[in-house]
Amino acid sequence: MTTELISRPVPTPDEASAPYFEGARQGRLLLMRCGECGTLRFPARPLCEACWSDEVEWVPASGRGIIYTYGIMHQVYHPAFASLVPYAIVVVELEEGPRMISNLVGVANDQILVGMPVEVVFEEVGEGVYVPYFRPRAG
Amino acid sequence: MESFKGKAAICGLGITPMGRIYGHDSVWFAARAMRLALDDAGLTKDDIDGVLINSGITGELGLGLMMQLGFRNLRLYNEMNGAGSTASQMIQYAAMAVVHGMANHVICVFADAPLRENKSAGASYARGRGPRGMGTFETHYGLFGVNARYALAARRHMALYGTTQDQLGAIAVAERQWATMNPLAQMRDPMTLEDYHRSRWIIEPLHLLDCSLVSNGGVAVIVTTAERACSLKQPPVYIWGMGQGHPGNPNRAGADAEVSTGARIARDTAFRMAGISNEDLDFVELYDCYTYTVLVTLEDYGFCKKGEGGPFVADGKLGPGGSLPANTGGGQLSGYYMWGMTPVSEAVVQIRGQGGERQVPKHDLCLTTGNGGILNFHGCLVLGREAS
Repeated sequence: MTTELISRPVPTPDEASAPYFEGARQGRLLLMRCGECGTLRFPARPLCEACWSDEVEWVPASGRGIIYTYGIMHQVYHPAFASLVPYAIVVVELEEGPRMISNLVGVANDQILVGMPVEVVFEEVGEGVYVPYFRPRAG
Repeated sequence: MESFKGKAAICGLGITPMGRIYGHDSVWFAARAMRLALDDAGLTKDDIDGVLINSGITGELGLGLMMQLGFRNLRLYNEMNGAGSTASQMIQYAAMAVVHGMANHVICVFADAPLRENKSAGASYARGRGPRGMGTFETHYGLFGVNARYALAARRHMALYGTTQDQLGAIAVAERQWATMNPLAQMRDPMTLEDYHRSRWIIEPLHLLDCSLVSNGGVAVIVTTAERACSLKQPPVYIWGMGQGHPGNPNRAGADAEVSTGARIARDTAFRMAGISNEDLDFVELYDCYTYTVLVTLEDYGFCKKGEGGPFVADGKLGPGGSLPANTGGGQLSGYYMWGMTPVSEAVVQIRGQGGERQVPKHDLCLTTGNGGILNFHGCLVLGREAS
């Protein structure tokens, strides 16, 4: 990945999200699944919003999804992004249902479409910290 | 159940000067707004036995206000938080309180003073949150602030329904037309659709002129019973109906929080209470943190079908002389950004017939809305010139 990306804020785990970071390091996109009712959730939260259970297991997602919506950021809110604007922020709807914020790799801003099929790809952005991005896949 | 319609009324309104007014904190603006509201109603501080507070982004207003401003023997007191839906909500709880005898005159106040000299509006409004864990991914991805969230919502609507940039722009232009006639508005220079397109991108599909202003200022509203309101200085503004809607959409497939808001739920409650339908409304004052918020709110209130908000607004019907006058003081896009108090304050001015150059010709019945979060929280009022 480019040096600009490395200078961006590097995600840091807390206790609740540690398994997610570990999954990413192993190239797996993990979701939380309620240990009682099976409802999937993202991002990591201590309780299931459906049944309020705190029993949870982490399960791998397929890594496939579609672009649910996107925006092209022009405003610079952080110096690391000054050389990156305009850049795309996307919401990916995963095959399993949950939606997540991410960025795209390998797509020009004017080629992005809502509904475009994408798949996850991990990049190391700091020592041992891997971040999921998405790239186009054949529908 | 006996009808609530017309039992409570707004009897006082105070609006401070708005915008880049420096050297004062939110408590100062709150005190100014409340003094103006008391003078407007012909009441004194001792008449106030209920106070409901809503602090803006600075968080400078709190429960200390009672001591700071010397309120005595209050029978109703709270700091409320429903984000941008709070103003509607404060008035709702105040109305229920006065009708049921918990208090006689409840003052509802919002004030904020985030603007700092020599700082841009955006920089003044930014508040560091320092996320940990999963939240740190969003800053890594470059997702900062509320503008981005609303851009994502607007893009979803555009993709699903073919809504265009011109249609969002038509909302900004209509509101500016109104603002040119409002002496309190911060942006009073005329603006065209070309100006809109030329304004810089914040995050596509939102231009600068799709986004609300940032304002220093305060607004206070006094609520009392219809009976008491009739003996005060100003024509009463009667509360016909009120509602809230908080859909709690999960962020997953099957839920479309971006294009479907709590306005649908609030409408059912408020319109039923008021005994009205959309055609009965003479004008509307809709929460407009962004142009898109107006569009999706119009759809969810059933002024047009879901997805048809773009063509609905494109003909200029929201502007002066249009068939559905909306945000007649310039709203939060061109008027002033007092969260949910912006629509409420303008509704009171118009229903009383005090709109001056911008007065709408027919002003018997108005819908005002408040929206908070990322289209998460919604409150509304139906306000009338007559009690029924």
